Amino acid sequence: MGIVSPGFQGRRRPTGPNLPPGQYLTEDFPVLSAGPTPRVSLTDWEFVITTETGAELRWSWDEMWALPTETPTVDIHCVTHWSKLGTNWQGVSLDTLLDGVDTAADYALVHSYGGYTTNLPLDDLRDGQAWVVHQYDGADLPAEHGGPARLLVPHLYFWKSAKWVRGIRLGLTDEPGFWETAGYHDYGDPWREQRYQGD
Amino acid sequence: MKRTGWWVARLVDRRVETDTSATLVLEVPDWPGHLPGQHVDLRLTAEDGYQAARSYSVSAPADGDRIEVTVQRVPDGEVSPYLLDGLSVGDRIEVRGPVGGYFVWRLTDPAPVLLVGGGSGVAPLMAMIRARREAGSRTPFRLIYSVRSERDIYFADELRRRVRDDQSLDVAYVYTREVPEGLSAQAHRIGVPDLNSHGWPAQLEPVNFVCGPTGFVEAVSDILVALGHEPRRIKTERFGPTG
Repeated sequence: MGIVSPGFQGRRRPTGPNLPPGQYLTEDFPVLSAGPTPRVSLTDWEFVITTETGAELRWSWDEMWALPTETPTVDIHCVTHWSKLGTNWQGVSLDTLLDGVDTAADYALVHSYGGYTTNLPLDDLRDGQAWVVHQYDGADLPAEHGGPARLLVPHLYFWKSAKWVRGIRLGLTDEPGFWETAGYHDYGDPWREQRYQGD
Repeated sequence: MKRTGWWVARLVDRRVETDTSATLVLEVPDWPGHLPGQHVDLRLTAEDGYQAARSYSVSAPADGDRIEVTVQRVPDGEVSPYLLDGLSVGDRIEVRGPVGGYFVWRLTDPAPVLLVGGGSGVAPLMAMIRARREAGSRTPFRLIYSVRSERDIYFADELRRRVRDDQSLDVAYVYTREVPEGLSAQAHRIGVPDLNSHGWPAQLEPVNFVCGPTGFVEAVSDILVALGHEPRRIKTERFGPTG
């Protein structure tokens, strides 16, 4: 327990088991990004998985959305303390995209249009834990929220769910991404409050 | 040296900035220093152990163990009303940070700087203006500051004084609701003419720092890209109401 602030009550909004420590609920959808919002045309858009041997698998926009999609409803948790429960998405599971990819890699470095990167263990992209999504709440994903498509990895802090996703490089070693280089946690589990390096 | 976890700070002063904001001066023993543009998390704990934390920009360079955080009141917010009304000088509060290594101006960077602030988004930009002056840097700085009205300007007297005394600092205001008497401009949202007239040409390769509410930052950064600025030279910090 911290230093008690006399008279501080807090707002005691619904907490319950769905809210990780240090998070508060929000109904709106704040935006956090480090630079301008990239505008990506759907004719130029592609998604590329690159393995540790340099082999590449590519999907155009039309090829991607010809794949079977799922409609996950998930809770999302931002490192700046807000959480949003029960968000609705539509996208392709990474299990589908990684199916048949021949790799011995343990790590993934996700990269985006605009130059953003973030890293996570490859296992965290498997087993129904991650999607490339292009719809939010039944509509096209707005550019400021990562459209035309973003990664969705809701069990980690939301900076891991790279906006404007362009591809994933698989590797045998862990390579820190944009915020991870700037002092944020390498893994980012909200339930263990892994916000910053050393947490 | 890196310290993590929460530190205990003491409120040593609170300065009113506007009707809805104030600067808290906190003393944090052994504060390691911070870069202009970084933020801190502040945490409050109720008597039964309930806790609430929020992120705030640091608005000035460190003065020894003292740091300054400027807080805007979020109506019906959970943390900001307590910071502005409930916390008394001498009270203790928990702090963690400094956090964020990207939205940061570095003294060693010789590029001209454009700061674009919307409302309380001026706080981290003020840290840059103050740090530049404190270091005796002559890097040319321009600030475009969007406010509803003159009453909503943070640091108003200080900005006026700094502009008067410093030939390489310019400040331009954009009024979105109410233009001060005597000015011919119309109230408007920030647009291409403001950024064209008061920013730097893209050929000079300035660093652009944009901070404010999401819609403001989206609009300004889109315009800067359209004016030819390299996206990597546009650093943004967006915030919504965070209580």
